[in-house]
Amino acid sequence: MHLSKVLKPLSDCSTGELFVIQELKLEGVMRRRLLDLGFVKGAEVSVLQRSPLGDPTAFRVSDTTVALRHEESSKILGEVLGGA
Amino acid sequence: MNVKKIALAGNPNTGKSTLFNTLTGLKQHTGNWPGKTVVHAEGNVQYQGQEYLLIDLPGTYSLFSNSTDEEVARDYIVFEQPDATLVVVDGTSMERNLNLALQVLEMTDKVIICINLIDEAEKKGIVIDEGKLSSKLGVPVVKISARNKQGIDTLLDTIARLLRGDIQTKPYRMTYQPEIEEQIKKLESRVRELIGHDYPSRWMALRLLDGDDALLKKLHEQIQMKGREVKSYEFGNAINS
Ligand SMILES: Nc1nc2c(ncn2[C@@H]2O[C@H](COP(=O)(O)OP(=O)(O)OP(=O)(O)O)[C@@H](O)[C@H]2O)c(=O)[nH]1
Ligand SMILES: [Mg+2]
Repeated sequence: MHLSKVLKPLSDCSTGELFVIQELKLEGVMRRRLLDLGFVKGAEVSVLQRSPLGDPTAFRVSDTTVALRHEESSKILGEVLGGA
Repeated sequence: MNVKKIALAGNPNTGKSTLFNTLTGLKQHTGNWPGKTVVHAEGNVQYQGQEYLLIDLPGTYSLFSNSTDEEVARDYIVFEQPDATLVVVDGTSMERNLNLALQVLEMTDKVIICINLIDEAEKKGIVIDEGKLSSKLGVPVVKISARNKQGIDTLLDTIARLLRGDIQTKPYRMTYQPEIEEQIKKLESRVRELIGHDYPSRWMALRLLDGDDALLKKLHEQIQMKGREVKSYEFGNAINS
């Protein structure tokens, strides 16, 4: 096992950052739903825009824009690749 | 005459209704699915003396029944068993769209993948090798532009050949981890004992492992409707063992 970087939740990313998914800390229907929307391990996600009140946030994943609430994006863990 | 049922499935906004309109012209009826507020459209097409009934399914990202739309689309494919299912995918967003395509391939052998919006894909410089995709997925793949009426003849010809049995499909089926495969195997033979070969037993076993109780209930109803004698306790035993 190599020493991996500390994973951070997608919800902590700022606008313009590029993030790669490592893990979904969710189960059941919500997990299924996110997988179907393209939030799978290895997928690259960019943070497009936060709504005025901070929630939800628009993300770009697999050529589509998807808005997620903090409740969901905080359970998607990964690493920041760059951007912003 | 024996009318062949052709279902159109796909992600939202991939051009299913456009293809449906291109194929059926004005010969279509719309209403709701029985007991659902989801729009149901069907229309007739004649091709080389064969009559088809086209069914425009709701657009979904998945078929795991998280919504009424998904339930309607899934139930149609599994219980109504169309003679062919066309999976309409967006050629500019293949990765996302193939998720649903793989799910449909687990449910039925009679699938054609229609890569739509090929005009848009070409504009974006996206090159799709449909031959390679077809051999990987084990089903025919046809590139079309439903709006520009491009590739429609090839599609109709492919449908006709599939229905005649001139094309043999071998749909790609995901292999899961050994533990899961072992459970599928156990469950699948029990499922087959109970429901015969009329339903996709591997897919059904997967759904049971997933704890899809609603599906189990529906299966009961379906089988009762077809007058088969399967008692509930047998199902209980099948999934508990
Ligand atoms: N450029 C291009 N646009 C297309 C093509 N086919 C459909 N469209 C457009 O894509 C949009 C969506 O088409 P629809 O036919 O409504 O898609 P749908 O799959 O029925 O959508 P839902 O029913 O909402 O899931 C429309 O604006 C169509 O005009 C095509 O081949 N090329
Ligand atoms: Mg439509």
